[in-house]
Amino acid sequence: MSLGTATRPVRVSSPLAQRRDTSGSVMLIGSLVWLFTVAFTVWTALELPAVADEGWRVVIGIALWLVVALAVIAGLPLLRGIRYRTEAARADAAGDLAAARAARSRATQSGWVAAGWTLPLIAVAVFAQFLAANDHAVQTTFFDVPFMLRSLQDILVGFWVNVQIAIVAEVLILVWALFVALAKLTPGVAGRPIRWIATTYIDIFRAVPSIVVIYLIGFGLPLAQIPFLSDLGPFWSAVLALTLIYGAYVAEVYRSGIEGVHWSQVAASRSLGLSYGKTMRFVVVPQAVRRVMPPLLNDFIGLQKDTALVTIIGTVEAFTQAKIYAGNYFNLSSVTVVAIIFIIITIPQTRFVDRLIERDSRAKTRS
Amino acid sequence: MAFLELTDVDKSYGDHQVLNGITLQVEKHQVVCLIGASGCGKSTLLRTINGLEEIQGGEISLDGDVISGEGVDLNAIRTRIGIVFQSFNLFPHMTALENITLAPRRVLGVSKAEADDYAMKLLTRVGLADKANAYPDKLSGGQQQRVAIVRAVAMNPDVILLDEITSALDPELVAEVLNIVKDLAAEGLTIVMATHEMSFAREVADTIAFLHEGRVLESGPPDQIFTAPREERTREFLHRIVEAGRL
Ligand SMILES: Nc1ncnc2c1ncn2[C@@H]1O[C@H](COP(=O)(O)OP(=O)(O)O)[C@@H](O)[C@H]1O
Ligand SMILES: [Mg+2]
Repeated sequence: MSLGTATRPVRVSSPLAQRRDTSGSVMLIGSLVWLFTVAFTVWTALELPAVADEGWRVVIGIALWLVVALAVIAGLPLLRGIRYRTEAARADAAGDLAAARAARSRATQSGWVAAGWTLPLIAVAVFAQFLAANDHAVQTTFFDVPFMLRSLQDILVGFWVNVQIAIVAEVLILVWALFVALAKLTPGVAGRPIRWIATTYIDIFRAVPSIVVIYLIGFGLPLAQIPFLSDLGPFWSAVLALTLIYGAYVAEVYRSGIEGVHWSQVAASRSLGLSYGKTMRFVVVPQAVRRVMPPLLNDFIGLQKDTALVTIIGTVEAFTQAKIYAGNYFNLSSVTVVAIIFIIITIPQTRFVDRLIERDSRAKTRS
Repeated sequence: MAFLELTDVDKSYGDHQVLNGITLQVEKHQVVCLIGASGCGKSTLLRTINGLEEIQGGEISLDGDVISGEGVDLNAIRTRIGIVFQSFNLFPHMTALENITLAPRRVLGVSKAEADDYAMKLLTRVGLADKANAYPDKLSGGQQQRVAIVRAVAMNPDVILLDEITSALDPELVAEVLNIVKDLAAEGLTIVMATHEMSFAREVADTIAFLHEGRVLESGPPDQIFTAPREERTREFLHRIVEAGRL
């Protein structure tokens, strides 16, 4: 039964059916919130464009009047609510208690809908006020659009480096972490030292802050003058550091995925004569891959964001470029550009992970 | 010497002794049914024969070779002794056909074409040729269990162990699975099965072994066990089964 049909009466005369009528007060709350929102957004729309920079007046004006329009539209449920109230009164007069109660319930619903949809618009207006505060200081510091556009190209060139670091590290991690996970799962007494090594590695790299690892590898390896490792350069140092850090996390993700495969699957595979290795390869790991996808992608999102940390070892990536602009012009808007780029690439991925999780939980409830 | 022979087999989990001096002889082409209350050790016994559990005492031999104890090649033994579980345990990421051909291909090294061919023949025999490419979650319990039986049979084992293979099935699906077992028995496959299907056991088994608290309390031909059990415990157990309407 849905909530909508739940308002249909079962026994009209029972005391339960005589719910107190709250539709009036809820409609009043809805109306007040709506009135306030409209007033506040109109005031914002009238006041802010006036103090904006020349070129921005029109854009900001249009945006703010759009908000006003949305605020007005959000009041439409109130009209419906009033209609339901009249209906209820009419039904009451006709003695149809059930119809009256249903109509009142819909009126209450309408009041809440109006309030719920107008409130976020207040938040938008408050944010606009915040940007305009102190003679637009906030807006010019963080959102100086011409400056943002000017820095965009160099930042995009830098961001391409972030992308490359992330992709190369991700590919390496996929292999490296599986290796570590299988090492940590090595069976038997003979495998114990291997398990210890794997555990130690995982513990260390999950304990040390990423930025410290990057710093130590980026500056430490060249200083130590180790053949090959000292000549990696900033790009490959960054890749190495991130692979070591996130390899530890992903190894744990793999391990829990492998251990999450039910032991009866192993029994079935072994009972057919497949060795431990073949059981892992054909039965356990393929099943684990599916269940590790969501946490694995979450770790990769974290890794992508952490590619900005490698700026400390002098890798010229997006954040490095943005800081150069910010330093030269005493304006942080270039850094906002970096933030926006990361938001743009990350949000689709997180939505995708959510979808995977949802799909898996649906598959689970089905079986 | 019998084809499959268990001599004085002990098995414990920690302090808990589950099998207590099990001795059992299974001749070639025989069907032996293990009966007994839940928890008496039927599954454990079958799992030890397949080498899925280590034993702490006694000896298991197959065709004259000792197959228990340290150093035996379990993977090789398991290709000669198949087991089918109560809960099917099909691999969910593989189709019915892939489930069946996995071990022949990866353990015996049979070519894909040959393995597929043989698997299709077996699937046809159990009436599931059209389900060859279906994944387990698209099959009914009875169909899944039939695929699981075929998976074990496809290795051409000498002995096949069946662990309450119909217990997880809806009543109307039990017959389709038991009929396959009957076929396999008629073909002369050696079968050891734990079961609660008493009328089936009576019809198909050559020997019934009644297990109680990890011991074979008595064993003998079905007619004797079901009509004139020597042991009081056996009588009690069968009485309870009759009361539950299962015989
Ligand atoms: N992995 C295990 N660890 C500890 N005890 C177990 C394990 N498996 C089975 N047992 C115990 O062994 C006894 C026999 O179990 P089982 O062989 O499954 O009986 P049956 O199949 O006859 O119902 C039970 O008491 C059970 O609790
Ligand atoms: Mg059992």
